[in-house]
Amino acid sequence: MSSTTVGHAPEAHATTTGISHNKMMMWAFLASDCMFFGSLIWVYMAYRGRSIQGPYPHEILNIPFTSVSAAVLLLSSLAMVLALHGIQHGNMRRFRVWLGATAALGALFLGGQYFEFTEFYHHGLSLQQNLFGTTFFVLTGFHGTHVGIGIIWLVTLILLSLFGRLTPANAERVEIAGLYWHFVDIVWIVIFTLVYLIPY
Amino acid sequence: MVESALKLERARYERSALVEWLTTVDHKKIGILYFWTSIVFLLIAGFLALLIRTQLIVPGNTFLGPETYNQVFTMHGTMMVFFVGMPLNAAFFNFFVPLMIGARDVAFPRLNAFSYWAFLLGSLLMLSGFLFGAAPDGGWFGYANLTSSRLYSPGLNIDFWVMGLQVLGVASLASALNFFVTIVNMRAPGMSLMRMPVFVWMTLITAILILLAFPSLTVGLFMIMFDRYFGTNFFNPAAGGDPVIWQHLFWIFGHPEVYILILPPMGMISEILPTFSRKPLFGYTFVVFAGMGIAFLSFGVWAHHMFAVGMGPVPNAVFATTTMLIAIPTGVKIFNWLGTLWGGSIRMTTALLFAAAFISMFTIGGISGVMHASVPIDYWQTDSYFVVAHFHYVLFGGLVFAVLAATYYWFPKMFGRMLDERLGKLHFVLTLIGFNLTFFPMHFLGIDGMPRRIYTYSAGMGWDVWNLVISIGGYLTALSFLVFLYNVVRAFQRPADAPADPWDGRTLEWAIPSPPPAYNFDVVPVVRGRDAFWIEKYGAEQVVGPTAEPHGPASGGSPQRSHNPNPGQHAGHGQGAPSGHGGQAHIHLPPPSWFPLATAIGLTLMGTGMVMHASDTLGSLGFPVVGLGIAVVVVSLLGWTFEPIHEQAHA
Repeated sequence: MSSTTVGHAPEAHATTTGISHNKMMMWAFLASDCMFFGSLIWVYMAYRGRSIQGPYPHEILNIPFTSVSAAVLLLSSLAMVLALHGIQHGNMRRFRVWLGATAALGALFLGGQYFEFTEFYHHGLSLQQNLFGTTFFVLTGFHGTHVGIGIIWLVTLILLSLFGRLTPANAERVEIAGLYWHFVDIVWIVIFTLVYLIPY
Repeated sequence: MVESALKLERARYERSALVEWLTTVDHKKIGILYFWTSIVFLLIAGFLALLIRTQLIVPGNTFLGPETYNQVFTMHGTMMVFFVGMPLNAAFFNFFVPLMIGARDVAFPRLNAFSYWAFLLGSLLMLSGFLFGAAPDGGWFGYANLTSSRLYSPGLNIDFWVMGLQVLGVASLASALNFFVTIVNMRAPGMSLMRMPVFVWMTLITAILILLAFPSLTVGLFMIMFDRYFGTNFFNPAAGGDPVIWQHLFWIFGHPEVYILILPPMGMISEILPTFSRKPLFGYTFVVFAGMGIAFLSFGVWAHHMFAVGMGPVPNAVFATTTMLIAIPTGVKIFNWLGTLWGGSIRMTTALLFAAAFISMFTIGGISGVMHASVPIDYWQTDSYFVVAHFHYVLFGGLVFAVLAATYYWFPKMFGRMLDERLGKLHFVLTLIGFNLTFFPMHFLGIDGMPRRIYTYSAGMGWDVWNLVISIGGYLTALSFLVFLYNVVRAFQRPADAPADPWDGRTLEWAIPSPPPAYNFDVVPVVRGRDAFWIEKYGAEQVVGPTAEPHGPASGGSPQRSHNPNPGQHAGHGQGAPSGHGGQAHIHLPPPSWFPLATAIGLTLMGTGMVMHASDTLGSLGFPVVGLGIAVVVVSLLGWTFEPIHEQAHA
């Protein structure tokens, strides 16, 4: 059945390790991405509390609001797991519903970020205002970009399944997208802890 | 039968030669593209070095002004690292890693093509700064806040540098992902990790280093870009920013980068020395684990580039210690290479000469490197010509010598032609003398206090004689490269008649014809031990080659004799045209594709648009061009995703 499909679905047993090339590459990419976010987070921490003019983080961060949007993003990981479970068990309807929910929750998170950014901007925090603005917007902006790319990926997968180009035989493609999605969520847990929760 | 099946497949994709090269996804062709491109860049960057030496040949010279000099030395350094060193290594990764592990291609052939095109176009983007008199001029290290503030670097110079490097970084990451997966996942049956040739091992470790080190550079470059374009404060002291943060980000990348450059040459040496000593590599396991040790430690030594910055005694002491530690695995390898030569029946080919010179030249560079690890000594030597001498002994005496050895060694496999051994030995002697004449006296100048990166010096400092000697050495080195080019041209005037196994080689690439057919192996080989091809030829118990065997054709300079020392040839390792074997229906070559090139064009357009945005005349076109680049990337990636790649699988 896999012979009728197109795309990146090499048979798993054809590789030396038994792990497909695509999944192996995703793991390697995530290792690299760890260093990417690691560098950004390290610069944020190095500049923490070193702004010489306001607005300062404790004046402006809205922890209850961001806690809700963080919860939304974490819930999307649950939806992702259910979507993968759906396609692995041949239930395409369940797969599409939950993958749609994943993308929607991700979009909700991005909406929250957009609201937060504009709110901060109205309180006088811009990229140029101080070190907090510079490091905060760049760090969370790169994370938001990752979420955005993930949403485009998930929507593409849903469209592919609607046109019959994604079947339970390629469930691994969903699994790989899930690896990326969960990683981006985990990064948010780190950012949320370091940027929001540790008292300034 | 294999041939006829392939003819069918080839006819299906029959294209003109130009289109063939633009759309190829064959790892061997991509390797050849990398090879010639980086040789051309080597000549350009070498020419820049001659300009530097001409400027410094006498005190108070006015051949290059200070602005031009800054551009010339910045581009010399940046090009040698990113346009020459890494892609020359990549040329050999591409051509030989799949052959050495018994694979028919890399894991992601189109991604591989994308890596090459992004490398080429990103390089051209940065080089195009010369056309506008605005080539990068902030040094290859690009220290903030000189580079991050438009107050201090108002021209487009640094914009070309940042955007070019970002494109090259994407190319390197894509290539590293590809080779990581290829080596881990595409080994022939029996090719366990500890049976892999050392060159493959070093490629794997290098890929891991690239994956873990480049993001730090990418982040740093984004920060410089945001500071220049959007007025952020990352490296702006007026807002509390700290330019030293850039130095940390750069050197967390920059020191692993040194090993990204030198580990593959160490792998090449570990292939060449055993072949021409007719002995297996001495202490294979030690060499492999020493490579891992170097890679691990390389992430803990970066701040030795910053001793003079003023980090304080504790960080300086810590980084001095780790820097001294990293000399241990490096020293282990040097003794392993000596042990390989020891007692071997050595054939003095050009490849062996360059490889042996690598050991001694690299050791000189390593010893001056350990000297820098001592903080008080480093205070004396830093920013002086002593440092210039040190890293040229490592990168020229190390990387370039090893790559030249690899070129003489593998040229027959890549192009089906032998390089002339007499011209090769002339090339070697000239390079060795020219190189040492150029770089050894720099030690003396550095001790005497001559600073780096300064476009001229006054008479009466006692530096005149050595600068004259160094410049003459530089011209001699350039001459030696002309001999090499003449040798290459001569080789292409002769018919392609190189035998499959001219050196009596040990690894799988010598089991197939020179140059290899598109499908590499007609039957995937089964590996029975280290030095897989050697075992097929001589049996597992015959570890050391029969010393009575007459020397291979190379030592006589005559590649005419068909060399087949292969009495017990294993089926499937035939050196001639493949005869009929079962299973050829499964040989499937990935079809050519335009999408890698298109994606690379889109990516480079994004960088070009950013540079345009910073210019006075084309500023308003900048962001539209960035948008166009993004659109091209998105459309190309969609096409890439939907392009059928498995349609041939059941032909």
